[in-house]
Amino acid sequence: MFVAAAVAVLVALALAITRAIMGPTVFDRVLAGNSVGTLAIMLLAVVGFLTGRPEFLDIGLTYGLLNLIGTLAVLKFFRHGDLAYDVDDELRS
Amino acid sequence: MTLTVEIASWVLILLGSFFTVAGAFGLVRMPEIFTRMHAASVIDTLAVGLLILGMSLQAGFSLVTLKLLFLLALFFFTGPVVTHALAQACLHEGVKPMLREDRRDRNRPQSTNANDGRQS
Repeated sequence: MFVAAAVAVLVALALAITRAIMGPTVFDRVLAGNSVGTLAIMLLAVVGFLTGRPEFLDIGLTYGLLNLIGTLAVLKFFRHGDLAYDVDDELRS
Repeated sequence: MTLTVEIASWVLILLGSFFTVAGAFGLVRMPEIFTRMHAASVIDTLAVGLLILGMSLQAGFSLVTLKLLFLLALFFFTGPVVTHALAQACLHEGVKPMLREDRRDRNRPQSTNANDGRQS
């Protein structure tokens, strides 16, 4: 059963990486990258159960937080062209 | 572990596996970015939720279940945030949603071509 889930997550990872390579715009690649992060966390959890060591879930939690920060940082860079951009500066000036 | 819990956990994990593959398939097959976001949110909500519920039934009442529920809460909050930021960035860059039909002239007689209004 866990083998079936692991195979399903691996197939989904392959499809998401296909989209990340094909993606016509940069937003398609960001979306596919976010999905790859989600699927990697699920793969960590499933493989942890498969090998009888569910302690890998801590790594999954950390990776989920990093995935959020990374995606938002890339989106901010492509929207404002600068990671240190502050919207409040624009409102004050 | 009783047989009922085992069967419920199997059903949840297999359903989660199905929705994982279905969402990733939609991510490849959908025509443009907004519909791809719709397909990817299937992975972020339904597939992850079903897989985590199935695995927490397997783990029983332990610390592992608590970590799985933290993971579920993380996805519950970060998924909408990322999707919203992505849609805002797309609209800001001028990516237009692809429309299936233009409803302003919907009284026009239906076209008879075979592709049923879909754009290629």
